[in-house]
Order: sequence, then structure tokens, then C-alpha cells
Amino acid sequence: MITIQHISKRFGNFQVLRDVSLNLRGGQCVALIGPNGSGKTTLIKAILGMVMPQSGTVLFKGESVGRQWEYRRGIGYMPQIGRYPENMTIGQVLDMMKDIRKVPEETLDRDLFEVFGLQAMLQKRMGTLSGGTRQKVSACLAFMFNPEVLILDEPTAGLDPVATELLKDKILAEKSKNRLIVITSHVLSDLDDLATEVIYMHEGRPLFHKSLETLKEETGADRLAKAIAKVMANQEMMKEVIA
Amino acid sequence: MNKIMKYVIADLLRSRAVLVYAVVLLVLSFSVFNIEDNADKGVISLLNIMLFVVPLVSIVFSTVYLYNSAEFIELLVSQPLKRGMIWMSVFAGLAGALGLAFLIGVGIPIVLYAFTVSGMVLLACGVLLSLVFVSIAMWAAVRIRDKAKGIGLSMLLWLYFALLFDALVLFILFQFSDYPIENGMIAVSMLNPIDISRILILLQVDLSAMMGYTGAVFRNFFGTGWGMAITGVVLLLWLVAPMWFSLRFFDRRDL
Amino acid sequence: MTRYFYVVFCVFVCLAVSGMSYAATIQVGASYHIKSINHALGLVADGDTIRVHAGVYREGNIAIRKRVVLIGVGNPVIDGEKQHEPFSVFAPNVTIRGFTIKASGRSSIRDIAAIKIYDTRHATIADNILDDNFFGIYMQNAKQCTVRNNQLTAYGETEQLTGNGIHSWKSDSLYIAGNTIVGHRDGIYLEFVTRTEVRDNHALHNRRYGLHFMFSHDNGYYANTFTGNGAGVAVMYTKHVRMAHNTFNENWGDAAYGLLLKDITDSHIEHNVFSRNTTAILMEGSNRVQMQRNQFEGNGWALKMQASCMDNVVTENNFVQNTFDVATNGSLVLNTFARNYWDKYEGYDLDKDHEGDVPFRPVSLYSMVVEKFPMAMLLFRSFIVMLLDRTERVIPSLTPENLKDDFPLMKPIDV
Repeated sequence: MITIQHISKRFGNFQVLRDVSLNLRGGQCVALIGPNGSGKTTLIKAILGMVMPQSGTVLFKGESVGRQWEYRRGIGYMPQIGRYPENMTIGQVLDMMKDIRKVPEETLDRDLFEVFGLQAMLQKRMGTLSGGTRQKVSACLAFMFNPEVLILDEPTAGLDPVATELLKDKILAEKSKNRLIVITSHVLSDLDDLATEVIYMHEGRPLFHKSLETLKEETGADRLAKAIAKVMANQEMMKEVIA
Repeated sequence: MNKIMKYVIADLLRSRAVLVYAVVLLVLSFSVFNIEDNADKGVISLLNIMLFVVPLVSIVFSTVYLYNSAEFIELLVSQPLKRGMIWMSVFAGLAGALGLAFLIGVGIPIVLYAFTVSGMVLLACGVLLSLVFVSIAMWAAVRIRDKAKGIGLSMLLWLYFALLFDALVLFILFQFSDYPIENGMIAVSMLNPIDISRILILLQVDLSAMMGYTGAVFRNFFGTGWGMAITGVVLLLWLVAPMWFSLRFFDRRDL
Repeated sequence: MTRYFYVVFCVFVCLAVSGMSYAATIQVGASYHIKSINHALGLVADGDTIRVHAGVYREGNIAIRKRVVLIGVGNPVIDGEKQHEPFSVFAPNVTIRGFTIKASGRSSIRDIAAIKIYDTRHATIADNILDDNFFGIYMQNAKQCTVRNNQLTAYGETEQLTGNGIHSWKSDSLYIAGNTIVGHRDGIYLEFVTRTEVRDNHALHNRRYGLHFMFSHDNGYYANTFTGNGAGVAVMYTKHVRMAHNTFNENWGDAAYGLLLKDITDSHIEHNVFSRNTTAILMEGSNRVQMQRNQFEGNGWALKMQASCMDNVVTENNFVQNTFDVATNGSLVLNTFARNYWDKYEGYDLDKDHEGDVPFRPVSLYSMVVEKFPMAMLLFRSFIVMLLDRTERVIPSLTPENLKDDFPLMKPIDV
């Protein structure tokens, strides 16, 4: 569904993405992980057209997204930090997004809206909300329009455990609908139940891209976190051997 | 476009800063008209306030708002919207809110106390100046990523247009007074939107002096329909040009 | 006793006989026996009346050498065909009334007028319409003439192509009242004219001056209106002028003045209104002029008093909404300003005597700057200029020290 071909991006002297090529298909739930500054968010932004790569292309359903905007109809995006105009109410933010997407009211996915209990807070101003509540609004917006692709940047950061579970349930439900879901997270345990694929970013390029099962088999670990730790240890060893 | 603009305006109109701005203008204008015994003198006092406050508030408030809305704008960019349209909507929202605040704060007292040509020109110039400085703020904010630096730049720009530019012009005038610089001076004053507004209002309240002493130069330029049309176009250019540059830049900028 | 009676009888008879000769009236017109005015003038005797009926008369020059009264009935038109001087008056006691006189000749050598009065007295020119003439009413060496309620209009494109409306030279005791003069070179021009009253006239949009006089002493100008004349009003080299209740307005331009006073001495300028002029009054070399109870409103400069003026008194005037109130070109000021109302005054009146407690300095720094660099007007009312002016008000350094009103009024006065 999304094909990334040889993307490179440099901010000033800092090479954020180095010749990244990936192929992501529907039905996958991709865990995009890696240390801070490894280029995860930039990669997502490149897919969303928020960052213009110096070279390479992103194809969405086979078509280049360069300077296009219509394709984003098929993407639901939940940003890392959701900040909204302070004096807008939750209701207005939702209305605005509905206005932008122009989707008939009955086709809207209101699951998260209901389970998060946003109905009771429609009149609250965004400026008065806690970080967690703003995340709930962001999540709700990402899922509301039944997008074929969901891109969730640190979705569980700031959410309370109950809300985290509710969100995970929702992600699982969407996965079963043959959607492509891309998640970045530092909390690897959250990804265990969700991910089918793992992409590990390191210094601007994907170190590996494997299915979760393969990864677990190769490392003999039962948890993602452990598997990653083993891979990293191997890497260090390899480096030492080479050196 | 208006779907986003409408929410931006609604948000801004409920912001405390815009409300305070409108109320302060309202109180200032009413007190000016109550102190001054005639309308034209009131307009002159308001002129001084307007040339000072409107650009300052417009540029600083807009810059701060733009930096605070960075994430919101990012979110909008991730939606199926054209970038240009998002930027135009934010501009329209800011311009609409600040223009409206000025219209209420100064417009109501003017309509009540000075419903004259000079009053109307003041009002029109004030609204235009608001828009021009929102436009300049858009340019400053899109060029500079760092919030503190961006706000600093907008303050510097204001200081330049409100004070330094005139000091410079005065200096040039004294230095080159022996040369035929009349037309040049008019051209130079077109480089500052505050000066253009000031001259447009001077042409109302100090017409006798403007049309007389500096004689043919003013009369030939501002006294004719062409001159006024050019002045109006230049002022509009001040509104359009920074916005256009910022738009071009925003269109290819990484967020 | 009988002798006395006889004398009285004789006088009475004489009066009756002469009275009978006055009564002669001749009618001129298309439907009358006499068709032309010149023909009639040949027939009449001193004291007769000629009634000219409606129609167009093209008779070249009509020279009046007898004491006659010419009355236009139904507004007859005298056409000078752009070649002739329609009326020339040589005899005293001539009246010309109720005519339309148009298209006089034009000349750059001779001053051709619609009505020209040569070296005579007691002429009355009243209720005429003068249209498209070179000069309008021209009096040379005239005495005790009356010019009343005439309407003069000219259309000259430049100063050279048109003459003055009411022009008088070397005359005395004239009465010029209620005339309207539009589009001539000077509306009213007086040179060596004395003891004359000019009242209730309107001089509008004349090419050069609305009123222009020199060497014309002891005249009075009352309740006239001078509007939008090319260079306003200029009066020169004259003493004992009285100007009261006149209106001077909308004279725009760098050489246009509401009122230019050059070498005017011992005069009074009172109760006049000066509004929307570039310069309301410019005074040069004028001494002992009393300026009282005038209204200066919306002018660029209300009063420019050059350093060559002395002993003038400016008192009880209102200065309202002028861009600059007073300007001068020197630092020495030998004139008195007192008890005026200045709307720019920001002082206070703690002792409640209706006079401000601190003096007002009507000359602003920037007015002196603009005087030197006219283009500086472009920066007027800018923030930097305001700062300059404020600083100067607090610490005067460039503006003349003693040009100040020590008793500025707190409220405008009725003028």
C-alpha cells in the first residue's frame, strides 16, 4: 500500500534519513522502533508529505505523493504531541475535521469517541485539557474517518492504562479489517500484541525489517523487547568482530 | 478555505489577548473623543495611537499565535488539504480577528463621534495596517523556526517600520535637501506601510498644509486619481507581497 | 418783503423748468423708433434717461459724454464682439444699470473693460451682468463712484489672458458693494485708491488675487468673501487699512495666502474668518497691525510673521485645527501675542481665571524644520517627529524664546 523508495533527508548538516526503502502492505501492523533521533518521526512525516525528502519517492497505492494532498484522505494520523488552538472546544475540533473530510455522518467511526467518553467534554476548551485527554482527542480523530492507513506516532504516551488498553483493542479491531497500521513507540511491550512486522531504525536507515514471528524465531525470545535486545547485542558483537 | 478560517477566527475571537486589545482600543478611543472637543482633533490623536499600537499588536500577536499553532498546523497538513489553503486560512483567520477587533475598538467610537471622511480613512487605514502586519508576521514566522528568534525579528521589524525608517528618511532629507529629491521622497515613503497610512490620513486632516507648501509635488501626486490609486495599490502590495512570499516558502517547508 | 418773495418765486420757476428737462426719457429697442443706444445718446441732453429694452446690441464702443441714466429693461445684451470696449464713461453722474455686457475686446497694450470710467465722478454701475470680458469695471481717476450688485464672470485660462474684475487706479471715495467676481485675474484691484469702502463682495476662483491693493490708504473692507483664488489676497504698501468680518478660505498653494500683508502699517484686522488656507496670513514688513478676534481654522499655517514685522498685536483670536499655528523666520520677536485661544494648548488653569497658568509657545520645532525643508512635511505626525516636538516644548532651543502667549485662553472666544 505504501512503498518507500530510496528516500534521503538532511536537515542542515544532520542526515536524518539515509536511502530508506520500505514496502508496507495492507493487513500489516508495522512497529517502527529505534532510538531517539533515528528518523522514525521524519519517516512518518515524509509519508504524510510534511517533510520533503531531498531524494527518493513515496508511493501511496502506486502513486507518488510528492506535492499531492488528496491521498491523505486515506490516512489517519495521530501525532506525537497533539496541540490544538487553545480556545477551540473538543466539539469544534471534531466539527472542523468533519468539515475538512466531508464524510457522511453515518459512516463515521465513533468507537473511540464513545469509549473515551468525549461526549461529556464536548464543550471543554482544548487549552484546559490534560495531555492525556488531548491524546484521546487525537486518537479519536485518527480513527474517525475509517482510513485505509493509520499512522500512530507514540499513541500511548500520556494515556492512562485503561485508555491504553482501549486504544490497543481498537487497533487490533482495525488490523483485522485489512488496514495498514504504522505505530512508533518506545513502550515495546505495548507492541507485542499488535505488531506483525518490526522495522528497526538506526541512524537514519532501517537496520532490519522482519515479521515479528521471524524475529522471535531468530532470536529465540518470546517478547519483542527481549528480541530487540538480543539483536542489538549481536550487532555489538559483530562490530567488535569486524573491528 | 472558509471551513478552517471560520474555526480559526472563532478561536481567536475568544482569546483573551484579542478581547483585551479590542477593549483597550475602545476605551482609548472613547476617552480621546471625550477629551478632544472636535472630531478632527480626535482623529489626529487616534492617528498617533493607531500608527503605534496597531502594527505592534498585529505583528507580535500574530507571530506568537503562529508559533503556538505549529502543531495544529502540522495536524492540518496531515489532513487532505492543500498547504496553500491552510496557510491562507490561518492568515484570513488572524487578519479577520485582528481587523474585527480594530473595527470594534476604533470603529464604534469613530462612527459615534467622527463620522467624517477623515474618520473613515483612519478606519480603513487601520484595518489595512492590521492586515499588512499580520502578513509580515506570517513571513517572519515561516522563515524562522525558533520561536524566540521569530518573535524577536517581528519586534525588530515593527521598530524599523514605526521608528527607524522615519529617522532614516529624515536623515536623508536633511542630507540631500539641496537636491531635487521630492519625487524620490514620495517613492521612499512608499517603502513603509505605516508611512503610507499616515500620509493618507494627513491628506485628510492637514490637507491645507499638504496641498500647499510642498506644492506641486504633492498635488501632482496625491491630488490626482492616479496618485491615490498608486498609493492604494502599493498599500495592497504590502499586504499581498509578504503573504505571497510566506506562502511560497510554507508550501515547500518541512514541518 | 416783496423783493424776497420775488427771489423765491424765481428760484422755484427755475427749478420747475430744469425739472421738466430732467424728465425726458428715451426708449430704445427693436420695437421702438430708436433702435440703437448710440443714436439715443446723440439725441439726449444732460439729465435725460435712456431705457434700453431687451435685445442684443452690437454697436462697437458706446461712449457716454453726457450726464445720462442708462437703464436696461428686460436685461438687454451689449455685445463687444471681442473687439470693442462696450461702455466708456466720460461724463459725471452717469448711471448704467440692468445690462448684460459681454465679450469686450482684449488687448495686451490697452486695458479694455466692459465699463470703463475715465476721469469723472458720481458714476453708478449697478445690477449688471458682465460676462466674458477682459477687464470688468475699470475706474481711472474716478471719484465718488458706486459699483453695486454686479456679477462679473471671466473664463481666462491664464493670468495674461484676463483682466481684473473691478479695477481702479488713482481714485477716491468709491463704494464697491455686493458684487460677485469669478474667474478674472484679480477680483478687486485698487492702486492709489483712497477713502473707499469695499463691502459684501464675493471674489471666487479668480486667477490671481481675490483682492489686491497697494498704496491705497484709509480704505475699509467689510464682510467680503474671498474663496479659492489662485493666490488668495495680497495687500501692499498701505496704511490705515481696516478689514473686518471678511472670510478668507480655501486658498491653496505654496504662493497662495489667505491674506498677504506686505508693508501694511497702522491697520486693523478684526473679526475675520480664515479657514482652510495653506497660509492664512503672511506678514512681511508690517508694523502696528492690530489683529483681534479673528478665527483661524483648519489652515496649514495660521500666521506666518516674518522677522521684519514689529509692534503688531495678536490678541483674542481663536487658533483651531491648524496644522501649524505660528511660524517665523527669525529668533527676534518684537510682536505681542496675548489672550488668544490655542487648541494645541495643553496647560492648566488652577486659579480659574480662564487663562492658562503656563505660557503657550505657538511655534513648533517641526514648523521651523518644514520652513527650511518643505519635503519634511511628508514625515509630519510620525512618531519621530512627535518625539522631536515634545523635546523642544520641554527644552526650547531652536524656536524663538519670547514668541509666546503668556495668557492663553482656556476656551475659544466668540469672534
